[in-house]
Amino acid sequence: MSVLEVSDLSVSYATRDGPVPAVRGVSFDIDRGQVLGLAGESGCGKSTIGLGLLRLLPRGTEMAGRAVLNGADVLAMAPSALGAVRWTQASVVFQGAQHALDPVIRVGDQIEEAILAHRSLTRRQTTARTAELLELVGLPARRAKDFPNEFSGGQKQRVMIAMALACDPDLVIADEPTTALDVMVQAQVLRLLKSLQMELGLSMLFITHDLSVLAQVADRLAVMYAGRIVEEGPAEEVFGSPAHPYTAALAGAFPRIGDEAFVQAPGGLDGDPPDPRDLPTGCSFHPRCPRVMDRCRTIEPPSFPAGTGHRAECLLLEQGAPESMPT
Amino acid sequence: MSATPPASESAGASGVPLLRVEDLHVTFAGRHRVFERQGRASARAVDGVSLEIEEGEIVALAGESGCGKTTLARAIMGFVRPEHGTIEFRGKPLGKDLRGYRREVQMVYQDPTGALNPRQTVYDSVVEGLRIHKVPGDEAELVDRALARAGLRPPERFLLRFPHELSGGQRQRVVIAGALALEPRVIVADEPVSNLDASVRGEILRLLLQLRRDSRISILIVTHDLALAWSVADRVAVMYLGRIVEVGPTRDVLLEPRHPYTRALLDVVPDAQDVGAIDRPLLTGEPPDPTRIPEACRFHPRCPALADGRAAEAGVEGACRSDDPRLDPIVAGHLAACHLAHRRPSGFRVP
Repeated sequence: MSVLEVSDLSVSYATRDGPVPAVRGVSFDIDRGQVLGLAGESGCGKSTIGLGLLRLLPRGTEMAGRAVLNGADVLAMAPSALGAVRWTQASVVFQGAQHALDPVIRVGDQIEEAILAHRSLTRRQTTARTAELLELVGLPARRAKDFPNEFSGGQKQRVMIAMALACDPDLVIADEPTTALDVMVQAQVLRLLKSLQMELGLSMLFITHDLSVLAQVADRLAVMYAGRIVEEGPAEEVFGSPAHPYTAALAGAFPRIGDEAFVQAPGGLDGDPPDPRDLPTGCSFHPRCPRVMDRCRTIEPPSFPAGTGHRAECLLLEQGAPESMPT
Repeated sequence: MSATPPASESAGASGVPLLRVEDLHVTFAGRHRVFERQGRASARAVDGVSLEIEEGEIVALAGESGCGKTTLARAIMGFVRPEHGTIEFRGKPLGKDLRGYRREVQMVYQDPTGALNPRQTVYDSVVEGLRIHKVPGDEAELVDRALARAGLRPPERFLLRFPHELSGGQRQRVVIAGALALEPRVIVADEPVSNLDASVRGEILRLLLQLRRDSRISILIVTHDLALAWSVADRVAVMYLGRIVEVGPTRDVLLEPRHPYTRALLDVVPDAQDVGAIDRPLLTGEPPDPTRIPEACRFHPRCPALADGRAAEAGVEGACRSDDPRLDPIVAGHLAACHLAHRRPSGFRVP
C-alpha cells in the first residue's frame, strides 16, 4: 500500500520574467516502510518536490498534478487543513537544519512545542515524550535542558530528527540531511536514520545529490534531471546497471576507492545542467549525453521499461521496448 | 621521502623538494566569550607537521573538520603565522617578504561564489593579481591566456561576464584562471570541488590534472573526501588533531592503511557497490577537539585497535597510553604514527 502517490506533478516558480518550470510532470509512489531516494544535481527540482509535497513553496508558485498522502490530495487541500498534515502525517528534516533551532530556547522546549502544536498532552506526558525522542536519536534525555549552542552539528541534526518524529509521521522527507556534516558525523547520522526507519517502519523520501549515500539507504532510486525523473527503479539495479546515460555519468562522478578506472581519471560530465528557463529541445540531456543520437535532439523521450519495476526516459531503450512492454 | 613517478625526475635533479614544511606548529589563543561558561584553552590546530611536495606532484591532505588541514594550508600560504617550524620553498626558508612567494604559490578556495566579487567582471577578477604583483607584459593577453588554460574558451566570450552569469563550474574556472595568471608553481586548493555539483566536479579535477601534466604545477588538495584523493592524488597525507598520522603513495595509504584512524575514515566512505558498508562499526568517543589533545598517542581514546585488544596482543598497549608515536616509515615512502603499525608489518587490511 502506498503512503504517497504523486502523479504528474509540475511546479513553476513565479519570477519577474514569468514562470520558471522547476518540476515538469513527475510521478512516483512510496510504499509503507519504503525509502525512495531522489537524486540529482542542484536545480534539477528534487528539493522543490520535497517542499512542494508539504506546500512549503513561496507564494505565487504554481503547482499542478496530484500528491496523495494517506488518501488525501495535499495539493487540493485548503490551507487550514495543511496544519494537520504537516508534522503528523509528513515531516521534513532539512539540510543544515542545525540553523533551524532557536538559539535562546532550550532544546527540550523546542521539541515540546512541536508536540503540543498537534497533540493535547499534559505537561508530564510531553516531557516524557521529549525524553523518549531524545533517547531514540541517541542523545541522553537530560540534554533537553541544554541550549542549541551546547550541541555539536551532528547532535543538532539528531535533535531535528527527533522533532521530525515527534508526532509519529507516516512519511519523513529528508532533504540532504547529512550534507552539511563532517564525514564521520555524516556516517553516524546516516546509520541513525537507517536504523530508525527500520525500527519504526517509516516511509521516507530521501533527497540528496550523493548517489553513493542513496545506494545504502534507499530501496528504490529516482534520478532527476532538468525537472523530470529520467530513471527510476530498485536502488541496487539503478546504481549497478543504470539504463540512462545521465545516471551512469552521475554514478561515475563518485569514484570508488580501489577501482583502477578512476586513477588519475575522475569521472563526471562536461558541461553544466541546463537553465530551466532555456531547456534544450528533444531530450533535455542531449547536449551533455555521451551517447547522443540525432533523434535525441528533436524527440522528447517517453518512459521505457528497463527491467522489473525499472523505467528510464531514453531513446536508447526503444529497441527493446516491443517485447518487454506490456500491452 | 617518497616520490611518485611524475615527481621523481625533478626531485632527483635538484635534490630539494619544491615545498617543504618542517615541524610546523600553529596555535590559536583561547579567549573568553560572552555565552560560554568558561574560557577556552588555546587550540593547537597544527601540532608538529612535516610535509614535502615535489615539483609536479599532487598531494591530498585529508581528515575530518577540525583536524587542522585548512589551517595547515593557510600557514603554507603565509596567511597565518606559525608559532614554530619552517616552510621552505625551493630550499630557501620563507622570509619576511612574502610577495614573490605568494605569486608562485596560489590558493583556490572551496566556494567560488564567495571568492569572486559579484560586481567585477571576469576580466577584472583575473587581472587583479597581475596588477597587485605588477606583472610585466600585455595585461589583456595574459588574462586571455589564463582563461584559456583554465578551460574558458574562447576567452572573449567570458571577459565581460559577471559571476552570476556563470555556472558553478565556470566560476571555479575563473578562480583558477586568476591563480594561473601569475604562473604559479604550486596551487593550494582547499576543497576545490565540494561546493560544485557532482557531474561538474570531474571537470575541475581533470583541469587540475591537466595543469600538472602540461605545466608540472604542484598541487596540494585539501579534502575530506578520500575517494577524490583516490582519483587525483599521487600521495595522501591523513591528519588527525593537528598531526599527520599517515602519509604515503595513494595506493598504499588507501588500499593498505597502516593507521587505525585511516582505516576508520575509509570505513565511512559511502560505497554504492558495498551495501553492507552501512553496518560497519564507527569510531566512538569524543570528536576531536584541538583545545584538548590527548596525551601519548592522540588517537588512543578512540582507537579501535586499542579497544578491541589488538594493541595489547601486540604488546604495545602501554606505549599507546604513554608515548606519542613518531611518524616513521613502515616501508619506504609510507609512514605512520602508530605503535601498533610498527609492530605489525601486515597493517590493517579488511578481512
